[in-house]
Amino acid sequence: MNIHSLIQTVQSFVSNEIVLAIALSILPLIFVLTYVLFVLYTEMKIAAHIQDRVAYMRVGWHGVLQNIADMIKLLLKEDIVPASADKLFFRLAPYIAFAGTYAAYAVLPFTSIFIGANINLGLFFLVASGSFVVVGILMAGWSSNNKWSLLGGIRSAAQMVSYELPTSLAIVIIAMITGSLNLQDIVRFQDGGMQNWLVFGGSLPLQQKLLLLPFTVITFIIFLISSNAEINRTPFDLPEAESELVQGFFTEYSGLRFAMFYLTEYANLFTVFAVAVSMFLGGWSSPFGSFMSGPVWGVFWFAAKSYFFVMVQIWVRWTLPRIRVDQLMYVSWKVLTPWLLFCLFAVGIILVV
Amino acid sequence: MNSSIPQTPILPTDYTVKPDDAKTSTGRSLRTEEMIVNMGPQHPSTHGVLRLEIVVDGEIVRECIPHIGYLHRCFEKHCEQMTSYQQVIPYTDRMDYCSAMTNEWGYVLAAERMLKIEVPERVEYIRVIMAELQRIASHIIAIGTYGIDSGAFTPFLYTFIDREKILDLFEMTCGARLLYNYIWIGGLSHDLPPKFIEQAKEFCAYYRPRIKMLNDLLSYNEIFMKRTANVGVIPNDVAINYAISGPQLRGCGIDWDLRRDDPYSVYHKFDWQVQVGKGELGTSLGDCWNRHIVRMREMEQSINIIEQALAGLPEGNVHAAIPKRIRPDKDAEIYVRTESPRGEIGFYLVSDGTASPFRVKARGPAFVNLSVLPEIARGCMIADLVLIAGSIDIVLGEVDR
Repeated sequence: MNIHSLIQTVQSFVSNEIVLAIALSILPLIFVLTYVLFVLYTEMKIAAHIQDRVAYMRVGWHGVLQNIADMIKLLLKEDIVPASADKLFFRLAPYIAFAGTYAAYAVLPFTSIFIGANINLGLFFLVASGSFVVVGILMAGWSSNNKWSLLGGIRSAAQMVSYELPTSLAIVIIAMITGSLNLQDIVRFQDGGMQNWLVFGGSLPLQQKLLLLPFTVITFIIFLISSNAEINRTPFDLPEAESELVQGFFTEYSGLRFAMFYLTEYANLFTVFAVAVSMFLGGWSSPFGSFMSGPVWGVFWFAAKSYFFVMVQIWVRWTLPRIRVDQLMYVSWKVLTPWLLFCLFAVGIILVV
Repeated sequence: MNSSIPQTPILPTDYTVKPDDAKTSTGRSLRTEEMIVNMGPQHPSTHGVLRLEIVVDGEIVRECIPHIGYLHRCFEKHCEQMTSYQQVIPYTDRMDYCSAMTNEWGYVLAAERMLKIEVPERVEYIRVIMAELQRIASHIIAIGTYGIDSGAFTPFLYTFIDREKILDLFEMTCGARLLYNYIWIGGLSHDLPPKFIEQAKEFCAYYRPRIKMLNDLLSYNEIFMKRTANVGVIPNDVAINYAISGPQLRGCGIDWDLRRDDPYSVYHKFDWQVQVGKGELGTSLGDCWNRHIVRMREMEQSINIIEQALAGLPEGNVHAAIPKRIRPDKDAEIYVRTESPRGEIGFYLVSDGTASPFRVKARGPAFVNLSVLPEIARGCMIADLVLIAGSIDIVLGEVDR
């Protein structure tokens, strides 16, 4: 075998579709892992500063390596499966939940030239993969054979299903305005500066835009609230309500599987706000028109905007108490959904007239 | 099978109340299964080792049976085995470890009344200061942990910053931060240290705005109010029948405070009001929110009392002249009740003429208040149950003794 044929083999290997697909699908995973470490660190630090304490200080400079140490600890821990648990489902659940979360990364437009799968049903796919997480959580709750876990799983299922409604309605409104379900197209629609963002009515004629403005703002706020509920974070963290259900659906988990749930939670946290940013705040497009725009700056803007909302979420999390199950349902079915239906009609009328 | 053999019940408790089956619109009954869940003794929000055996229908609690005794330390029996009345005081500390000062005071007051000892006025003033500081420290724990129960973690840490300051004051006075053994029969273990008055005044000035901040952060928070208002309502007659006391009783709108209604010490010299739940802002009397807000307002009153007591602190000795060996009359007995942060703490002492008490019976407010839980928890949700248990402010050390 000469060197020429070796190069050819490597080339054909790289140009193989399956290999390329795997390589491309690993790219977001690297992003997720680094991002989760970063967010875990900043969350702890922000929480600590909100609460007048200092958080991690020992491992590395100001505790920057603490999360890596924690991760190693979780990897080395004994993986306990309760004797009375449904072993198959118990083992499978965290991976299903993570798969659901990670599938969503396929349709997130990281920048103008990179999107995992540029499919036309992007937003639809997001809703579907979001529901997949529920399956994992319900599985975990049920298979643990622990009453607290079961309650957590049931709460989670009820919560995520009822909050998918406002989320989907908000998506419908966006689809009506932009005429597309493809996230890349939606972001392109908003390109060209802050004034074109969909939260401010999008890049439509000024008159139409001013009419749309109140409704898009309402939609945006409701979307933020309901996506907050969909990722089970305070004030909607009922499935893992620590003071009520011990740890909710992952009470019985330990070691790597516990880490998987943790990763799912934080990956989900990024997904929903990334979607919010892509739908309402211009995604990867620069807020200053052509200034600082381009594929590389695109990643920066996309990550920075999403990260801003993740920080807002953390701020909310460490400030507010938790709401009750019936209040949770009330908010979804009697407040958010009617408001969005109203917005839907109003937007429809404005767009037609 | 021989029917004469009594069947052993599978469960330790007999659940008499059975809810009706759920019905469909056509009138067919749906079979729903009730689940029996053990909340505790290892559960994050039972404030220690309380075990609540709850029957839940989905999220709704049908029955709640508290099981206590996991922290039983034979406190009352220990007291009988001491060689003097003084030696009982550390045991009263360990009873309700969140408000050791007021427990000591309750016992010491009983012993002093039994022996007819008059203490100097300076001692009374210092005792009032300490008891009110302790009341704030204890309410702080109640409020902070109540925040955690409702899902807000931050108020807990804020309150503990303030509690540290009170504990620092206690530490400089008697060297201990939790279990003080400070109030002795006939006086105090130590006089106040030189800088105490200055620092206590500083604390009072510092703490007033903190109460307002806590109110903004937690008490008047929309979600918190929605969670606690009209939850776990104790009707007035239930409250009285179950002998509830303290902020729980005042949260029901019943104006009863032993510091005023069964006066002891020098409380009558100060200008302060008993705080009663008003049932404002869409809440109803006797619910969790009113119990919470009574605690918040009581802290303010305690600061008023402390400031006045510090201003009018007389000079003098902190030890009354008492005999070395305390021997009450044979068959002397007494019951003295005082207002602890959790309510009426009473000590019933019986003497047999020797140097140690024949019997020490403590009436723990947390134990009595806990008894109302099954009554008010019926029909609430699991999330509410946590809040109701939190609003009763139990300290398991005192419930189990």
